[in-house]
Amino acid sequence: MTPLLEVADLRVCFPVRGAARGQARDVVAGIGYAIGEGRTLGVVGESGCGKSMTALALMGLVPPPGRSTGTLNFAGHDLNAQSPEAWRRTRGGQIAMIFQEPMTALNPVMPVGHQIAEVMVLHRGMSWPEGEQHAVGMLEAVGINSPAERARAYPHQLSGGMRQRAMIAMALAGEPRLLIADEPTTALDVTIQAQIVDLMRELQERIGMAIQFISHNLAVVSEIAHDIIVMYAGRIVEAAPAEQLFADPRHPYTRGLIATLPDFEHRLARLPVIPGVVASAEAGAGGCRFADRCALADAGCRAAEPPARELQPGHCVACFKAAP
Amino acid sequence: MTSYLGRRVLQSLLVLLVMSFVIYGLIGLMPGDPLDIMLASTPGLTPQAVARLRAIYGLDQPLVLRYWHWLIAALHGNLGYSRLHSVPVMAVLLPALWQTTKLMTASFVVSVAGAFGLGIVAARRPGGVADGLIGLLAFGGMSVPVFWLALMMILVFAVQLHWLPASGISTVGEGGLLDVLRHLVLPVVTLSLATMGGFIRYVRASMIETLRMDHVRTARAKGASERRVVLVHAFRNALIPVVTIMALSFGTLFNGALITETMYAQPGMGKMIYDAIQGNDFNLALSGLLFATMVTLLSNLVADLAYGWLDPRIALK
Repeated sequence: MTPLLEVADLRVCFPVRGAARGQARDVVAGIGYAIGEGRTLGVVGESGCGKSMTALALMGLVPPPGRSTGTLNFAGHDLNAQSPEAWRRTRGGQIAMIFQEPMTALNPVMPVGHQIAEVMVLHRGMSWPEGEQHAVGMLEAVGINSPAERARAYPHQLSGGMRQRAMIAMALAGEPRLLIADEPTTALDVTIQAQIVDLMRELQERIGMAIQFISHNLAVVSEIAHDIIVMYAGRIVEAAPAEQLFADPRHPYTRGLIATLPDFEHRLARLPVIPGVVASAEAGAGGCRFADRCALADAGCRAAEPPARELQPGHCVACFKAAP
Repeated sequence: MTSYLGRRVLQSLLVLLVMSFVIYGLIGLMPGDPLDIMLASTPGLTPQAVARLRAIYGLDQPLVLRYWHWLIAALHGNLGYSRLHSVPVMAVLLPALWQTTKLMTASFVVSVAGAFGLGIVAARRPGGVADGLIGLLAFGGMSVPVFWLALMMILVFAVQLHWLPASGISTVGEGGLLDVLRHLVLPVVTLSLATMGGFIRYVRASMIETLRMDHVRTARAKGASERRVVLVHAFRNALIPVVTIMALSFGTLFNGALITETMYAQPGMGKMIYDAIQGNDFNLALSGLLFATMVTLLSNLVADLAYGWLDPRIALK
């Protein structure tokens, strides 16, 4: 069975200011992955590792002067080769996205119901009154009380959790086959975070769409993802089914991320950290981009970029030191 | 909302009352009173006659008392008699007011519409060719003096090309609607160009800021067309700060209108107030200045109402 989305050699490049012509910074440096119909892929990594840019590339919304290249095979055709008009129909219809900041991601001068209705007018051929009516149902489906009243409310009249629910309702209004969630819980209180993750899982079971769930928080991702890819400085360093990744992490960076998760059974005086900061994408010319922060790195790691190797079926690692 | 409006109107009336006293006092400070002028043109008047006339006109009373009498009369709709024109003030004021209103309203509409169009085009690609050209036009409009612009317009479009009349409000003996409009074109274009520059800068800045906002990205992610993203999602938000500035500057537009009217020899408020002050026509000057104050107060009120109407986060209470 062919997967719903198959990404191959995706690159997102930004021209370097003041540099020679043609020189560019790879924010996403040639990654490939796949998401099956109705599956959830977790994308994990620190800020600046290229997670969000990958998502924007899937939406065709890489901000200029950035450029996205590579093939994005979605439901049988390459998104990167399609016309702007076809992109417009894909966005919000086939692929929908929810953003990190529910405070600012909704239009402050439009009632929430109207914003949800807009998706249905754009993609499902509804009239505005029909759309507004369906919007109330959508709000109810994402667990908002007195939805008819909330549909008439402006974003500032809703709480953060409610706004994120409204965002989800808006994303689902176009009946997408793939939902991209970029840090959907990060700006929310912990209790609300759990509710939103539960909601997304429940909606997925009901509707059957695939989800690409992006988060810097491995714990949240583990709640929802079937498969996980770990990104570092624009590359995928490890990809595996979720249980496999937690049971047997192979890349030193993944191990570091798992080690930093607080463990309430074994309380530590200080939480462990991964030393250093994310290398900027252009710095790691040649060698492994994680080498500067890696305890295992040697001269070989700095000399050549480690290729991804499939150590076990479905478990790929890009590290020289990972034993089969 | 209604109570807000009521309170604001009351507030404006109060300001108008205070301003009427201030203007009355300032005019009273001007050297010479109407009798001095009468004296200069009638050398035969005896001091007794002058004193009697002063008593008749009430000019021997203290300023506050005179103001009080004026106020009571004004509230009854009697703004007095124009010394220069020898008719009641209203008979001079109303035609002038109508003339200026035409000029200001037309210029305001043209400059606002132009600024929206050009500002949005410029904001779509900051630093692009269109942005550069529009920026040049905006700075040109802001920095060229109105009187010079008016002269150049007359020189090019009236004197050399003979397309439009150079001055006045209608051709003697004709005076049809088309004729009146033709006389309005150059003044309106002049005043619009002068006002539009600033407006363009505001619209452009506000639009660039709005286009960077998260909710605009959301609108794109929904699959809205670029046109819809810019004109519906971004524009409405970008309008909020701009409309306030535009409505407030309606009062400033008055100043520009005065110069424009003078340049194109149009009998509007500007020329009327100027002549009234020069000719010691107290009643006319006072009423003219008060109307100018009223325009400013009204534009302030409209600015606040527009702000509340555009931004649902502002509750007018």
